Amino acid sequence: MSPEAAGTSGGAVADPAHPALHADVRVMRGRSQVAARFDVAPGHPLAIIGPNGAGKSSVLAAIAGLLPLAAGQVRIGGRRVDAQPPEQRRIGVVFQDYVLFPHLTVLDNVAFATRMRGSRARARAAAEPWLERYGLSALVDRRPAELSGGQAQRVALARALAAEPDVLLLDEPMSALDVEVRAGMRAELAIHVREFGGATVLVTHSPADAAALADTVLVLESGAVTQRGTLAELRADPATPYVERMLAASTSD
Amino acid sequence: MRAASDPAAGRLAWPVAVVAAVALALLVLPIVGLVARAPWSELPELLARASVLEALVLSFGTALVSTAVCLVLGVPLAALLARAAAWRALPRRLLRAAVTVPLVLPPVVGGIALLLLLGRRGLIGGPLEAAFGITLPFTTGAVVIAQVFVALPFLVFAVEGALRSADRRTELAAATLGASRWQVFRFVTLPLVAPGVAAGAVLCFTRALGEFGATITFAGSLPGATRTLPIASYLAMQSDPDEAVALALLLLAVSVIVLLSLRDRWVPGVRA
Repeated sequence: MSPEAAGTSGGAVADPAHPALHADVRVMRGRSQVAARFDVAPGHPLAIIGPNGAGKSSVLAAIAGLLPLAAGQVRIGGRRVDAQPPEQRRIGVVFQDYVLFPHLTVLDNVAFATRMRGSRARARAAAEPWLERYGLSALVDRRPAELSGGQAQRVALARALAAEPDVLLLDEPMSALDVEVRAGMRAELAIHVREFGGATVLVTHSPADAAALADTVLVLESGAVTQRGTLAELRADPATPYVERMLAASTSD
Repeated sequence: MRAASDPAAGRLAWPVAVVAAVALALLVLPIVGLVARAPWSELPELLARASVLEALVLSFGTALVSTAVCLVLGVPLAALLARAAAWRALPRRLLRAAVTVPLVLPPVVGGIALLLLLGRRGLIGGPLEAAFGITLPFTTGAVVIAQVFVALPFLVFAVEGALRSADRRTELAAATLGASRWQVFRFVTLPLVAPGVAAGAVLCFTRALGEFGATITFAGSLPGATRTLPIASYLAMQSDPDEAVALALLLLAVSVIVLLSLRDRWVPGVRA
């Protein structure tokens, strides 16, 4: 344990089944740098919010190991993962527009992670409870192209969580959904994120997503963190004109 | 020129239409001639001849083996080529040029080059014979090597096109789900490009089956060992034209089947 861990947010070691995430990432995004440092306790999701092009998705990609770190480190509990390839990090990702495997059925999408560690039959059997929990049992034979946006989101979440990750990352999970179904899916996703119980980071540009899904908010603008706190704290004392505008625009959301 | 700017698309200036008709005739009439003058009544007897069957078996056997070799070698090469898109210009262009060479090189030149590399006094052929007593030229193995040389680019470019159009993020998603690099290739990349691989394999097989120049130069024309259908057909033209036409019809039939199987799914350089 490094001495830095002592000063992190409370509850980080409270749940032994779900370790906390400690991220201190600097990544190059074209010529500019994105830097963010934060800790996420299990069961207390963090929303990274910011305008388009602020580098939110780059931060997530760096944590997942999909983008190289220029500097910094990523730790999950006491395990340092930034030198590991993505497949060894135990970090589940729900991608923007979900990126399901188009050649596999819903069943085999959800069974994918288990399939990588064993036989097809065992993987399919292990996928059953996940399919049931996410209301996908009637859709097992469908291909991703035959799913609605909401169904695809459920499959993406079930696929990521069936891998039993330590950390869950959600990249703009609502952006691929039609406006009519967004509120319903948001409430549903909030329940599933609470059920997961591990450290969760969500990227969004919508305060409504942050309010429903996260405990705290981290504002990222032009590659740097400009404010962090609960939405109420942000509302009480917006640090930048962007935060003020964003919160004002969202009162009707 | 007028056709492009003419809003009433479909109307061509008459000289353009005439030239196009001549071009089309040039493509189609030889096939019509072949089919019209074929000795249809004697066809069963001609095709049952031992020399024909021998060439038929040899041709299909070697073309199938060549296609298998091209699949094993070509899919990884296509993966490298697709990944090379991120490289600097010089190595990227050199790699692409190397793969394109057999497409633009006259096959006879390819045959001579293979002979100089793998012949008994060749760069590799000499040491190969000295060390293992293996001589490649004028063997069935040489037929396969010549076919692989000319057919490999067809497979590589078909697979590369499929790889480039596949969503790279599915590979990243697989990695976050615990898939190793090999598992990503095996369970995600390969299935996603399977249609491209299949189309490439069919084109590759057709090219291998029709191979003439490199084969006759590097492998010769030994009945039963290296005399494939195109070579047998060419030689028969001097002695027994009817047999030559029968062999030509056989190759034409294969081409038609390939054309039907691909339909508009894939032609070189264009993706449906």
